Amino acid sequence: MELFPYILLGIFVVLTIVGYLLINNVPSLLHTPLMSGMNALSGIIITGALVTTSVVLKDQNQFLASVIGGLSVASATFNVFGGFIVTDRMLKMFRKRAH
Amino acid sequence: MTILVSLSSTNYYIVSGILVALVLLGIYLMSKVKFARLGNIISGFAVLGAIINTLIYYDIIDIWALYIYMTIGALIGTILALKIKMISMPQMIATLNGLGGLASMIVSGFAVKDTNALLDIFPYITAYLGFFIGLVTFVGSIIAGLKLQRVLPQKPIHFNGYQVILTITLAVFAASLFVPLFSYVNPWIILGAGLIIGTLFAIVFTMKIGGADMPIVISLLNSFSGVAGALSGLAILDPLLVSVGAVVGASGLLLTQIMCKAMNRSLLDILLGKTSMNSSSQPKEIVEYINEEAIIKNTRNPIDILKEAKSVIIVPGYGMAIAQAQALVKELQDYFTSNGASVKYAIHPVAGRMPGHMNVLLAEVDVDYDLLFEMDDINDDFKTTDAVLVIGANDVLNPTARTNPDTPIYGMPILNVDESKDIFIFNYDLNPGYSGVQNPIYNRKSGLHLFLGNAKDTLDKLMKELKS
Repeated sequence: MELFPYILLGIFVVLTIVGYLLINNVPSLLHTPLMSGMNALSGIIITGALVTTSVVLKDQNQFLASVIGGLSVASATFNVFGGFIVTDRMLKMFRKRAH
Repeated sequence: MTILVSLSSTNYYIVSGILVALVLLGIYLMSKVKFARLGNIISGFAVLGAIINTLIYYDIIDIWALYIYMTIGALIGTILALKIKMISMPQMIATLNGLGGLASMIVSGFAVKDTNALLDIFPYITAYLGFFIGLVTFVGSIIAGLKLQRVLPQKPIHFNGYQVILTITLAVFAASLFVPLFSYVNPWIILGAGLIIGTLFAIVFTMKIGGADMPIVISLLNSFSGVAGALSGLAILDPLLVSVGAVVGASGLLLTQIMCKAMNRSLLDILLGKTSMNSSSQPKEIVEYINEEAIIKNTRNPIDILKEAKSVIIVPGYGMAIAQAQALVKELQDYFTSNGASVKYAIHPVAGRMPGHMNVLLAEVDVDYDLLFEMDDINDDFKTTDAVLVIGANDVLNPTARTNPDTPIYGMPILNVDESKDIFIFNYDLNPGYSGVQNPIYNRKSGLHLFLGNAKDTLDKLMKELKS
């Protein structure tokens, strides 16, 4: 169990490198949708928000849980839905017509 | 904290691993325009899967309150994403960055509150860093968004003692991070201190940054939002969060690097508040006064040149976005094409207010993406092109960047518009661009055609003349 944080740290380093290499191939044409797509992905914090909020909801301090925890869940969900939909809207626009 | 994941939960890790693989596949598909949309959809479903996986694994699927929060966020996010105009995309990106930061800040904040800094050094440090970076992302994005929305001035706000404030802030930050490791500090005090310092730091840092540096700041905040998420993941020991956060952080970092390179700036300079409006190098000495009569010496009527042009390059800039002239630019492109001319667009990496800004605006008006060329791919074509049309761009084609080391734009790679035979300028006026450096192109004695004013009006007028 004491090793686990360091495994995670290793995952962090590896995924940073893998992500960097993958994203290096994305053409500059798509940099804006790439950014909004990445915003949507950073909405993955929703998993953390759900877990933390559910834990705090069990505590006595309902107010803190419902307001602050709720805010984190809502913000993260906003990111997921807003991010993916707006990215899709943009990517739909990039078209090539037959000449 | 009771949310520690135990290593025995093999299933949870297998699912998490698959989801990370799906996310990476989605990003991989984004490298081809044809498959980019599919890639985005795959990533989207991966996140949805992650939500379900979490609800089941942690057995919180029946906590109804969570669904209320999610519905609120999903509704607002969806409506905004569907309604937002493409012109407001930089603000949308800033909003998304900010809310991602806010969520990470709260998750990490709860983790700080429940961690004993004296015993759990690793969770405490990651949680506190996640809290701090999330906060800086949140506040920084608000200010960036307000600047983009023009609620706050676009020009960098200078004030004395910037370096001092920054140094003190960072020192207090270091203290707030390390002191609790050695003696007990109430978590609320740690969080309170972090809140004040982080807010101050974000305000000081973003206020100094001006409009044209926005692409760098937006990319950097993008990176921060990912890093904050990954740190939260380290704090609550969630491998999925760590993985995806790392990818997002890497993406933002890469974009930041590309933007810095395109402006020939170092990230450190930006962080230290040396904006491209460098007050120490006043452009006064290098001003050569604009020769307003240059246009008269043209031997040929500009309309005739455009009518006869067989090759055309269009150089769009932020001015096109402000004037909302992209539809007219497309009309112009159609005119040239129907005239048998070849049309290309030259896109400078930092044209606009975020990476890829011009591409999105032109795609919106149905410009074929095959016609959009990156700087390096088109720079050799300027000298052989019949007509080059500049729509609201200035600094990105200022040849001073090649020649004068005393200017803030020196060393910045530029579009070789000055090599063209005939340049048509559709700018608002001949004032220097954001950098404050006069553009010597305006001094040309021939081959320069000025159409000054709002690009929408001047292009409209031009279209009428071309068609008559």
